[in-house]
Amino acid sequence: MNRYYWILGAFAALVALLAVGLNLNPRDVPSPLVGKPAPAFTLPQLAEPDKTLSPKDMQGKVWLFNVWASWCVSCRQEHPVLVEFSKKVDIPLIGLNYKEVRGDGGFDMGKMPADEEKKLAWQRANTWLAQHGNPYKLTVMDLDGRVGIDYGVYGVPETYVIDKAGVIRMKHTGPVTPEILAKKIMPLLAELNK
Amino acid sequence: MIPELGHFALILAALVSLILGTLPMIGAHTNRQAWIAVARPAATALAMLVTFSFACLTQAFVANDFSVVYVAQHSNSLLPIEYRVAGVWGGHEGSLLLWILMLTWWAFLVAVFSRELPDTMVARVLGTLGLVGFGFLLFILLTSNPFERLLPGAAEGRDLNPLLQDPGLVIHPPLLYMGYVGFSVAYAFAIAALLSGKLDAAWARWSRPWTMAAWIFLTLGIAMGSWWAYYELGWGGWWFWDPVENASFMPWLIGTALIHSLAVTEKRGSFKNWTVLLAISAFSLSLLGTFLVRSGVLTSVHAFATDPRRGIFILIFLVAVIGASLTLFAARAPKVGLGGRFGLVSRESLLLTNNVLLVVACATVLLGTLYPLLIDALGAGKISVGPPYFNAVFVPVMSPILFLMGIAPFARWKDASVADIAKAVKWALAIGVIVAIALPLVYGQWYALTALGLFFAAWIVATAILNFIERVQHTRAGRSFLATAFSQPRSFFGMHLAHIGIAVFVIGVTMVSSYQDEKDVKLAPGQSVDVAGYHFTFNGVKAVEGPNYVAAQGDFDLAVDGKFVRKMNPEKRNYHSSAMPMTEASIDAGLLRDVYVSLGEPIDRDKPEGEWAVRVYYKPFVDWIWGGCVLMSLGGLIAMLDRRYRVKARAATQLPAGTQQA
Repeated sequence: MNRYYWILGAFAALVALLAVGLNLNPRDVPSPLVGKPAPAFTLPQLAEPDKTLSPKDMQGKVWLFNVWASWCVSCRQEHPVLVEFSKKVDIPLIGLNYKEVRGDGGFDMGKMPADEEKKLAWQRANTWLAQHGNPYKLTVMDLDGRVGIDYGVYGVPETYVIDKAGVIRMKHTGPVTPEILAKKIMPLLAELNK
Repeated sequence: MIPELGHFALILAALVSLILGTLPMIGAHTNRQAWIAVARPAATALAMLVTFSFACLTQAFVANDFSVVYVAQHSNSLLPIEYRVAGVWGGHEGSLLLWILMLTWWAFLVAVFSRELPDTMVARVLGTLGLVGFGFLLFILLTSNPFERLLPGAAEGRDLNPLLQDPGLVIHPPLLYMGYVGFSVAYAFAIAALLSGKLDAAWARWSRPWTMAAWIFLTLGIAMGSWWAYYELGWGGWWFWDPVENASFMPWLIGTALIHSLAVTEKRGSFKNWTVLLAISAFSLSLLGTFLVRSGVLTSVHAFATDPRRGIFILIFLVAVIGASLTLFAARAPKVGLGGRFGLVSRESLLLTNNVLLVVACATVLLGTLYPLLIDALGAGKISVGPPYFNAVFVPVMSPILFLMGIAPFARWKDASVADIAKAVKWALAIGVIVAIALPLVYGQWYALTALGLFFAAWIVATAILNFIERVQHTRAGRSFLATAFSQPRSFFGMHLAHIGIAVFVIGVTMVSSYQDEKDVKLAPGQSVDVAGYHFTFNGVKAVEGPNYVAAQGDFDLAVDGKFVRKMNPEKRNYHSSAMPMTEASIDAGLLRDVYVSLGEPIDRDKPEGEWAVRVYYKPFVDWIWGGCVLMSLGGLIAMLDRRYRVKARAATQLPAGTQQA
């Protein structure tokens, strides 16, 4: 041993810190919305465009609110997990289709009339669900993304857990993985449904 | 088909790098010439394979091949061609590919420009680079394959992050990575020297131009990034102490210490252990920076989508590379001699002080960067460490460095006299004090920190000029002053130019932080605002259309003393692909000041023809910040081209006394 080995000790301490750091998530910033009532909205449904849905319609139920879009590549990764979830668990999963047309880079929104955007959005969303399976009890369409702003969406997909009183209890940013589902979401749902 | 070829080339590259990392190393150890001779061709093959692979990914971008996941996520058919090419490094996978591309190019350059080095040395240097490259190639292949397919392919890509759609993206990452990765060469030389036991002046001489080259790229890369942030983000700032900025700044600080320490090791044979440790640290910090950015342990504007597997892989890689290097260092360091002795006041002692201060500066940045992580790990909450901390600790650490910078060139090697130095610099001190007292008063208000900054700037420039004159006078021997001046070695010119670059940088930072002015106002068309004597009249906004965005473009008239100067047209852009509106500031740049307008939001979302939130800035001397960085790099370049690096390196046996024998 010699006096130079202290450097290795310092390095080992740094590595330990980084290893611990890996298991923490800096994005787990407590969302300001957690613990607050879910922001209100009234949006048309995908299956029946003449009908709308508001969070107050879900009062008395624990439900999941999942933000998705057909252009979102990470949603494809998440989707099978949600489909599996909807088969096994009897908890309403509501989809929020976020900027279906505007969010996709391929369209020139300056030139598109509103009714054409609407038609295209419904068509794209329906096709996508037909292709990949539909885990949602129903999906609402947020064409211009205003509801997304109210919910603080900053990346699709995102998932919210909302309790019987209509209060947001958890927000997850990024794809839901089987681990997150098993370790965080399911225990929370079980507790809220007690 | 082409993406598969690129993927295949990457797999082959991993195999070649493994060969490069093992055969020549073993050959150098057991003295097998045939194995040693593998090094150069293997390094060449590695560079070609990775270049080919990189070209394949570029082709997928240019051809809008959205069946490649990475392309689908970072490009779009409406994206202009230059951003499709630069989009290759716009995300995690591609930027790693750029990283490894740079590494293999550096290795290739070493293979080409190392004719006068002993073959065993070359084998060890290239072998070390091969091992590092192998680790990174494995990382790419196992966790971050850029060639992964999306089946069925997407009809359209998601588009590149609008923040990145700027010429800055084309230049900043390649420069920065050249610098980051370039320290791997200095590192490989240090490891090779430790392995062979020959830590001598020849080793220092070989390392110097390579280290300098990496340092130049890093300096330019950081400056470019800072300038980009300044004009693109629209916040008017040029440095945010963001974790990723810090990750590039830490290797810069250590690299700066390293180029000075190498000078001592080359000239005097001293500080050998210290120099080796710095070389290892500079590259280790580059790797640590990669870890911090890529693992997602810290949040930052630069963070890409994170995947825990990646973090674990880089951490293991970090432990392997840095752990092995430090163990090797700890085992070998006690046997390395101390080299030439030197007095309490001497050029060596001054450079050592400067080195220690730079390392302390780096340690404070590291602490500030990792502190939020530490607090989080201890379960004590989430905090962030911001500019107030860094500004508070940085000024006291940098001040003595700036002061010593003026003195050290006057100090003789081995033993210098304080009285002689004081005599030589007394006029510089006087000039510095006068400038510090007078200039802030001329400019407006006198602040202590402003005076301090201007004192150092004047002091550095004055000492550089005095030192230059003194040296020319001493070496004249009857020739004319001018002829002697031009016959000074390039490294001497380079040193002073780089130091003056620091002075210019200090002036920029001091002036902009003392006298900048900004106003946040609400303007309706026809209204105007004044800042620091500049008169802005708002004429309203109009809608304009870009290739992949629509924008609200503001129309401002800039006037000084009632005279119209120019139109300014800041924009608020809405890219089709993004929910976030982007701000494009309009800047009128000048030698002595920038004025800067950026458009906020309309006060009423549905009435864009009405009032808008507008921000105007006056930024005195802000461009000197980047000008100083360019001068530093230029100084480095001139020093690197010094004649003596092109003269055949002397054999190790002719070294000054006191150098250690293995």
